[in-house]
Amino acid sequence: MGDTMISLRHVAKRFPGTRTPAVRDLSLDVDRGETVVLVGPSGCGKTTTMKMINRLIEPTSGTIEVDGTDVMAQDPVRLRRGMGYVIQSIGLMPHRTVAQNIATVPRLEGWDDARIDRRVRELAATLRLDEELLDRYPAELSGGQRQRVGVARALAVDPPVMLMDEPFAAVDPIVRAVLQDQFLDIQRRLRKTIVFVTHDIDEAIKMADRIAILNLGGVLEQHAPPEEILREPANAFVEEFVGAERGLKRLALIKVSEIDVDEGPVVSPEDDAEKARALIRDGGFGWVSVLEDGELLGWVDEAMLEGKARVSDATPRRFSAYVTAEDSLRQALDSIVTSRTNVAVVVTEGQRYRGILTLERVSREIVS
Amino acid sequence: MSFWNWEWVGTHLDLIGEKLGEHLWLTLLAVGFGLVVSFPLAILAHRRARTYPAITWVTGLLYTIPSLALFALLVPFTGLSTLTAEIGLVSYTLLILIRNAVTGLGGTPEDVKEAARAMGYSERGVLWRVELPLALPVIVAGIRIATVTTIGLVTVTALIGKGGLGALMLGGFRRLYPQIAILVGVALSVALAVAADRVLLWAQRALTPWARRTRSVTAT
Repeated sequence: MGDTMISLRHVAKRFPGTRTPAVRDLSLDVDRGETVVLVGPSGCGKTTTMKMINRLIEPTSGTIEVDGTDVMAQDPVRLRRGMGYVIQSIGLMPHRTVAQNIATVPRLEGWDDARIDRRVRELAATLRLDEELLDRYPAELSGGQRQRVGVARALAVDPPVMLMDEPFAAVDPIVRAVLQDQFLDIQRRLRKTIVFVTHDIDEAIKMADRIAILNLGGVLEQHAPPEEILREPANAFVEEFVGAERGLKRLALIKVSEIDVDEGPVVSPEDDAEKARALIRDGGFGWVSVLEDGELLGWVDEAMLEGKARVSDATPRRFSAYVTAEDSLRQALDSIVTSRTNVAVVVTEGQRYRGILTLERVSREIVS
Repeated sequence: MSFWNWEWVGTHLDLIGEKLGEHLWLTLLAVGFGLVVSFPLAILAHRRARTYPAITWVTGLLYTIPSLALFALLVPFTGLSTLTAEIGLVSYTLLILIRNAVTGLGGTPEDVKEAARAMGYSERGVLWRVELPLALPVIVAGIRIATVTTIGLVTVTALIGKGGLGALMLGGFRRLYPQIAILVGVALSVALAVAADRVLLWAQRALTPWARRTRSVTAT
């Protein structure tokens, strides 16, 4: 933190012939490598704000610095070539093939053909675009494929900054979720500085390192990580904008690895069946996990231990579902309410047992 | 002697070929100069929308002057010359060529232009690399209409001593040639118009492969 890549200082924009300014007085910092999502109702100036960064719209007053340089002091053409740009309608060139569209900025920058060809193939692989699509025209693609081409085009010269305006809004929810996950995956590797505009708070929560919630006229109501916005909405506007299910939305942001899990009732195969029976009775679950050197074999209950001397004489049953440390508490919650055992069993790679999560344990995270 | 005087046709192939060549040449000159004059005007109208009404007013006025009257008006100044013929012919192409070019250039979707600017195209780059290629189908459609119209009008210039195939027709009326010369002139000028239209259509398709593969989309 603290390494500012984009800095807006008292930025205002008043369009000619309008009474109220689109953006009144906005100051906002975006750190290097972070994704800041501008979110708010229509008319909050989020798109205007984004377009002022690459000077598609020029601010009426205030300063915008990118990497320490005032954008108004730079040649707009040079400035824009250093920023990827993705919009909802994508704006692919209908008269150019997919490959030519992706190659747009490299071509402008005068790369040679071999280098362009290599880069186009590389990006097609990154965005999971079939190579046979490269010779097609945009009108011959599906909506999801067009969005991918739009992102590939924006990434072509590996710009440090990406500006994205509702980039995934034009596709159906299923494709959108896939594109979001893919993009998060790409971003984890590339660490671009991203300004992302959306009206959808769930998309903001999913994509953002920090969310900037804007009110009408570009008033910044809260600028904080998603988890903090859900936990402590700064005011009534934010609370209402974030909407219902704040608790559940927060659970989706917390990973299992971030909280302590309960150890749960465990026995080893060498233990007496009597010890297992005692744990089953006292543990309050009606079953006990069987661990061999830390590896989870499954669970046994009293019926399965009937007439057995040792735990190893019974055949443990496997749990139907597990969660891993990388899963969210929301996934753990889902596992709890759908499993017969009413707990989520937490394992690491190779079925190493870590513990269990109960409904009580997870709900403590909702209220905290 | 019957109307079907094929013997005359057979012995005058040189004359017919020469008139056909002249007809084609006058047409090419007219459309060529028409493009040279209309293109900058179309760009001007596209960049500065306020100039468009004036440009269409002037070219529209030219277009409405009856062709015979226009040639008659010009003869005292430029004589019975190719120049007279071309001034008239070029004038008639302007309205069609400019209107189609301006419509075509204005047809680029806003999001495509915005994306082009955002990727670092200059304003001139947007015009030449984005708007112009996308306008080609409409521009070429204008060239087709202008060409076919001009092929028809060239015959009128026979009255000022030019006319290509029109000279065959006029000669037929004036009994300088047998009457079949009229039919030859009519048939060849129609054939020339159809052939020119086909060639330009083919050229348009060759220039804009994307429009053919996406016709249903660009038609909307």
